[in-house]
Amino acid sequence: MFGALVIVFREVIEAGLIIGIVLAATRGISGRGHWVAAGVVLGTLGAGVVALFAEAIANAFEGSGQELLNASVLGAAVVMLMWHTVWMARHGREMAAEMAAVGAAVTAGKRPMTALVVVVGLAVLREGSEVVLFLYGILAGGASGSSLFIGGTLGLAVGAAFTALTYYGLVSIPARHIFAVTTVLIALLAAGMAAQAVQYLDAAGVINGLSRQLWDSSPWLPQDGIIGRMLHTLIGYTDRPTELQLIAYVVTLTAMAALAWLAAPTRARRAPA
Amino acid sequence: MRAFALAIVLAALGMPSAGAVAQEFNLAIRNHKFEPQEIRVPAGKRVSIYVTNEDPTPEEFESTALKVEKVIPAKSKGLVRIGPLAPGRYEFIGDFHADTAKGVVIAE
Repeated sequence: MFGALVIVFREVIEAGLIIGIVLAATRGISGRGHWVAAGVVLGTLGAGVVALFAEAIANAFEGSGQELLNASVLGAAVVMLMWHTVWMARHGREMAAEMAAVGAAVTAGKRPMTALVVVVGLAVLREGSEVVLFLYGILAGGASGSSLFIGGTLGLAVGAAFTALTYYGLVSIPARHIFAVTTVLIALLAAGMAAQAVQYLDAAGVINGLSRQLWDSSPWLPQDGIIGRMLHTLIGYTDRPTELQLIAYVVTLTAMAALAWLAAPTRARRAPA
Repeated sequence: MRAFALAIVLAALGMPSAGAVAQEFNLAIRNHKFEPQEIRVPAGKRVSIYVTNEDPTPEEFESTALKVEKVIPAKSKGLVRIGPLAPGRYEFIGDFHADTAKGVVIAE
């Protein structure tokens, strides 16, 4: 039971941090609950499918199918987050003004909610497929279904409570700052995902080289500890990063900043003639 | 995607012999334990470890030290690529049975 609790909790937290950020970033958008719920449902279904075809996926592409799938999922999430950032840079200000004016929810309009649904869905898919495989393994191993169910449910509940905590922590930030804060969080999230993605490409043998380890901070802040894990999900903390991972991280962060800067409408006005 | 494209280009530039032959090692998972529990690999080289899961349940080969996270489905074989490693000890676990499935890669 305890094993199930720990694993489910761990994976739910990882997906939950991302959902918490997305919820905070979409505060005041009417119908965003439905969008996020759709992402969770689609992600859960996807997790089941991935778990069901785990063997076929693992054997695809000369044994690198799993790594390539993970890299693609992470890469797709990074692109979606970039799209969202560009859109927010272009329209965030007017939306904030509108929200302040009506003092209530505004319609999503052309906002790429689909981008965020995809991000939520992919996060749930990645973490969820591990949970499904793990629980299936325990069940097949002869553990009692009821203790597994209790453990899993408790893990889910604690993880969900944690997601709520993330969300309420973020929305306690004053409305005029929340766009800035969530934009930074999303940029860091994307950079961390990119760094993970290139590591999967390295593991798949697609990228060879730049795999030298830059430092080892595991004695101070181990990545498999609870804080290390959370930082890993949130800002892409890695205790033993490779050159390639650092490059991917910095390039993504720079690209996010550049995209936000270029897309901001005030740029055009301020730009010298 | 820009990040990956750039990373790939940089990787290609930095790598004189992409796809160099990696040395191969074998590892089995039996009754939620690794066999052998210790593998000695050459330091500074790319290494391929074939992990054969003989159990009827899936396992996840996981190691933050080796930067690997790979599900090995029941009764199947998975390829884990690691390295080049600096000399030292690198622990790994079977994440789905972390109590019993433990092992270490020693690079020398």
